[in-house]
Amino acid sequence: MDACSLYDAVIVARSRSPQYAGTAKAETARAQGTNPLCGDRVRLSLCEERDGIRDLRHETRGCAICIASTDLMAETVMGRTKADALELARRFTDMLNSQSSAADLDDEAGLPGALQAFLPLKTHRSRLRCATLPWTALGEALKHD
Amino acid sequence: MSISETDSLSHADLSHLRGQFPILSQTVHGKPLIFLDSAASAQKPDVVIDGMAEMMRSQYANIHRGLHWMSERSTEAYEAARSRVAEFLGAGSREEIIFTHNSTEAINLVAYSYGSLIRPGQAVLISEMEHHANLVPWQMLRDRAGIDLRVAPISDDGDLDLDAYSALLSDGKVALVAITHMSNVLGTVTPAARLVEMAHSAGAKILLDGSQAVVHRRVNVRELDADFYTFTGHKLYGPTGIGVLYGRRELLEAMPPFMGGGDMISSVTFEKSTWAPVPAKFEAGTPAIVEAVGLGIAIDWMESVGFDMIEAHEAALTKHALRVLPDVPGLSIVGKPKDRGGVVSFTMDDVHPHDIATLLDRNGIAVRAGHHCAEPLMRRLGLTATARASFAVYTTEHEIDVLAATLRRIRQFFV
Ligand SMILES: Cc1ncc(COP(=O)(O)O)c(C=O)c1O
Repeated sequence: MDACSLYDAVIVARSRSPQYAGTAKAETARAQGTNPLCGDRVRLSLCEERDGIRDLRHETRGCAICIASTDLMAETVMGRTKADALELARRFTDMLNSQSSAADLDDEAGLPGALQAFLPLKTHRSRLRCATLPWTALGEALKHD
Repeated sequence: MSISETDSLSHADLSHLRGQFPILSQTVHGKPLIFLDSAASAQKPDVVIDGMAEMMRSQYANIHRGLHWMSERSTEAYEAARSRVAEFLGAGSREEIIFTHNSTEAINLVAYSYGSLIRPGQAVLISEMEHHANLVPWQMLRDRAGIDLRVAPISDDGDLDLDAYSALLSDGKVALVAITHMSNVLGTVTPAARLVEMAHSAGAKILLDGSQAVVHRRVNVRELDADFYTFTGHKLYGPTGIGVLYGRRELLEAMPPFMGGGDMISSVTFEKSTWAPVPAKFEAGTPAIVEAVGLGIAIDWMESVGFDMIEAHEAALTKHALRVLPDVPGLSIVGKPKDRGGVVSFTMDDVHPHDIATLLDRNGIAVRAGHHCAEPLMRRLGLTATARASFAVYTTEHEIDVLAATLRRIRQFFV
């Protein structure tokens, strides 16, 4: 079977056993993102302190791409400042939405390695929202304080 | 085309038939296309593609308006398509056939126009397995006109609950029943003649959404005694942009127009307009002329294959699918209706239907995944999405075998 590069090993692994499922211990904010087209739903639970995001957990009902994207997002933004996390959200979304090829972007985007697993989505545009949904929800969560 | 006199398509007949669909020889991601999404929209045979192109090349003008040769030829071809559809559905007269742009518009026409005759306190009755096209227009009518919207439940197997249906009709307040003739999710073919009879005995009119049904079975609206019947051209091997509303003449005559504009009037002054007779009253503006002609050609093509053949072939495919798919570990088929057309929805463990669809696509197999424009039905079934394979006259058993084998590998990949 041709599994295609979209289902990178890390994506499959994270979708099968997410590392950051659940709710944050000292939760300070939560947010939800839904995709009405497929019923995917991401619930984020966040503990934000003055110096940044202390903890981020999620409960995700969705496809492999969506679950893995949420889990890897949690991993990458933890410990970052709010501004940093928002900047990363913007870069990640821009990277997927831009027309330039994956190869051109690798360096330019300067994205943390794990997030590069989603680059093949550029040729599966119907699935883009599966990966960006958690980042949109994160933007919402961080906006409200 | 010559097809042998058996009740099913032979291997040679089927490959001849497939040869008439140019798209079926395409490859996708380097694999031969296996198109199992015909319930969303069917592929088109050469005769439809060529016939429409030929019309635009040689005999095209606006209809009903020009006093010139070209306009007369176009008008004739368009009106011939109407006659063809009337004959296809067994309508009492060609004036009972209204061309719309799709099934959705046909249902909206009835909801708006016939709906304006329904009084507050009266009700419209739909079912739990409606496509959004046969649900949202009635909700809009309810909110606009203060009528009641009732929903007949289905069983866990996906059959309409006839006792509940009967109970919902029993107070005589239902003015109109609007129900699918075949579910696009479960494949359930509803007992239309019974539903009509029960509706009529309760004093209700009935609309049947035939978008899926007409593709697979011979339908005769007079035998069914339906008041309204709708379908859409693109699922019937015809083009997009053309749909059909059949309506009983006396009902259509009593109904106000849906849209205003050219062609639907008999006289216009600034004070007042009077309406053209049916069907023109409901066909405001320049219609989908070439598409109507394309639909007529598609119907001719189906008749040349023969409905007995189509039914037998698709029944065999469905039976085959219901035998091989449940053998795939973790796969469960959604619903078990008594009478099922060639639509099979399924889930596979907790592999999300969108992942299934993407991975099938990488292997050249096109299926639909999602809620299939039937969210309330999904909720009733306790699901958020399913994958759906749907069959057409050009589908082969081999394609279903490849689907099953590929699903096995997808599951191994995820588990
Ligand atoms: C049962 C049913 N009703 C209505 C429709 C709407 O058809 P269309 O989108 O062509 O108006 C569909 C197709 O999607 C359908 O399957």
